[in-house]
Amino acid sequence: MPQNEYIERHQKLYGRRLDYEERKRKREAREPHKRAEKARKLRGIKAKIYNKERRNEKIQMKKKIKAHEEKNVRQNTEKVSEGALPVYLLDRDVQNRAKVLSNMIKQKRKEKAGKWDVPIPKVRAQADAEVFKVLKSGKSKRKAWKRMVTKVTFVGENFTRKPPKFERFIRPMALRFKKAHVTHPELKATFCLPIIGVKKNPSSQMYTSLGVITKGTVIEVNISELGLVTQAGKVVWGKYAQVTNNPENDGVINAILLV
Amino acid sequence: MDIDIDLPTCIQARFKSETGEETGSPLDLPLNITKDQLSLICNALLQEEDKPFLFFVNETEIITTLKDALDCNKLNSEVVVDIIYQQQAVFKVRPVTRCTSSIPGHAEAVISTNFSPCGKHLASGSGDTTVRFWDINTQTPLHVCKGHTNWVLCISWSPDGLKLASACKQGRIMLWDPITGNQVGKTMIGHKQWITALAWEPYLRNPECRKLASSSKDGDCRIWDTLTGNTILNLSGHSKAVTGVKWGGTGLIYTSSQDRTIKVWRAEDGILCRTLEGHAHWVNTMALSTDYILRTGPFHPILDKKDPSDDKKILQQRALERYEQTCQQNSERLVSGSDDFTLFLWIPEKEKRPLARMTGHQQLINDVKFSPDSRVIASASFDKSVKLWEAATGKFITTLRGHVQAVYMVAWSADSRLLLSSSADSTLKVWNMKTKKLELDLPGHADEVYAVDWSPDGAYVASGGKDKVLKLWQH
Repeated sequence: MPQNEYIERHQKLYGRRLDYEERKRKREAREPHKRAEKARKLRGIKAKIYNKERRNEKIQMKKKIKAHEEKNVRQNTEKVSEGALPVYLLDRDVQNRAKVLSNMIKQKRKEKAGKWDVPIPKVRAQADAEVFKVLKSGKSKRKAWKRMVTKVTFVGENFTRKPPKFERFIRPMALRFKKAHVTHPELKATFCLPIIGVKKNPSSQMYTSLGVITKGTVIEVNISELGLVTQAGKVVWGKYAQVTNNPENDGVINAILLV
Repeated sequence: MDIDIDLPTCIQARFKSETGEETGSPLDLPLNITKDQLSLICNALLQEEDKPFLFFVNETEIITTLKDALDCNKLNSEVVVDIIYQQQAVFKVRPVTRCTSSIPGHAEAVISTNFSPCGKHLASGSGDTTVRFWDINTQTPLHVCKGHTNWVLCISWSPDGLKLASACKQGRIMLWDPITGNQVGKTMIGHKQWITALAWEPYLRNPECRKLASSSKDGDCRIWDTLTGNTILNLSGHSKAVTGVKWGGTGLIYTSSQDRTIKVWRAEDGILCRTLEGHAHWVNTMALSTDYILRTGPFHPILDKKDPSDDKKILQQRALERYEQTCQQNSERLVSGSDDFTLFLWIPEKEKRPLARMTGHQQLINDVKFSPDSRVIASASFDKSVKLWEAATGKFITTLRGHVQAVYMVAWSADSRLLLSSSADSTLKVWNMKTKKLELDLPGHADEVYAVDWSPDGAYVASGGKDKVLKLWQH
């Protein structure tokens, strides 16, 4: 074993052989030939190991070349981002908000027909037995005309209960909801918005009038805080949204805005 | 006892111009003299013919009769009443009422639109990296200019109307020929960040239209020689982004910045003349009282159409005359709007102290413009309102409410009788300056309106916004 860096010392003192560069270049040029010969000569397990090593080496080399090429390309063209802004808005963080682009007349027509292109077109019908629980009443609990709604409901603000004698449907306080988490499909953002009313429950007209909210129900929400504007420059107030979850199971209402 | 104060039927009055010069000797005028009769007398005194006037008594405008404008309780029949008259533009711009065409073409939001000084050409810059020229007469696309590599943020016509400068988000400036749609000269590279504003040297200073000033986010303002494409001067001094640049008629360059100051530079040698301090937050926008005169330069919308000329000397003389006429009363004034919700009025040629501080807005001020006759200032703010201020004193006149979202830009008609505002609520609104009320609501855009311009002769309005179409509006 060498005891010191004597080779380096010698090189520093006396320099290299005069033909050092030439010999080096030739050795390097011979290297592939030597490798090829070795690969040809090797047999058995040694060949297997050697070839595997060489293959990995080549993969690494190719990867490196590709990375370098990509880097060169990236320097040349900076991508033009979408959503151009005027100078005066560049330094401000502007919320990206999509506007109501759909035609107002079209929307009105849809409203009349009571049909919308909804994200969930088909929902399971809710049977009466599932939605209503029969409450027995009377002194000996013989009468069974009272019903309790077991699903989430929306009850308008000016609702007052009828006297118990006439109250056929009871909507429990614990299942009354005032707000819904509404997702704007273009903005990909969710807002907690107050509910205005239940527009349509696909299962039954009666559920609609009772304000029962199940999966697939179309509700009207107050979106004035989103700042959407009609083409005439008026703030849009109410818009429809479809419920996407089972509120009675989850304890929240999630909905998608129908744009 | 029944005391019935008899109002005198006549009072002594004399006419005064805005600058305080008396016109004629005091007259005995009946109190129930109407505005039309007053203007007849005034025309006779000034030996003019049928020029429209506005009359003011004690800073209140005479709308119907003299009696209504005067405070009858304090009226002293012994004192001579001063009636101040203001001459209005002889021509009238009719309000734009309908969208004559909405031209698609841009593939991204339209960020800037601008009419040429002579009002014959229209150009727009967009987020799709192109500058487009439009034919106003047929209202069709004319040229598409590709060359920029990022959003075209601002465009500016040279004062002779023969070149258009455009600047992009990558800090490059290019010049275009409106006739052929080809690039002129070299691309000017130098700014390290995006460019916020462009300003050409006014025609009255130099009819060759060679020099161009540009301000950038990187805190510099550069003056370019557009023929060679080189930077002549680099005005650095602002510590933050420069938000605007204006080239005044007296050879001064004004730059506003986010470092809360406005700096005044001499254009020839780039020496800093003064720093105007006062704002407490970013200075967003500036306007000069001579903006309209400098923009139109030798192209007066009415007079020069009758008498066109090609001689640059004559044209320069015309521009100079017009500039001196407006600056006769008082020198160039500057108004600046800021993120601290206030406006400041300055006389940047003379002093560092502001003339007035105008408060009242509840949100940042995004745009401010002098009226073409430089008597009224209009400011657009994110608090959904446009406010009007007297340009001479900075006194508050009124608030124009009607937009339901932030107001982005305002534009004046050439006769100063109408104002146009564009807003994030996708509408344009035309305001009548006589009644100070909404004249017309112009819906039509499907999204926010970013840029609006009223042509210098008042015939067309062009607007562009996020919905990628350029709309032309006409009477």
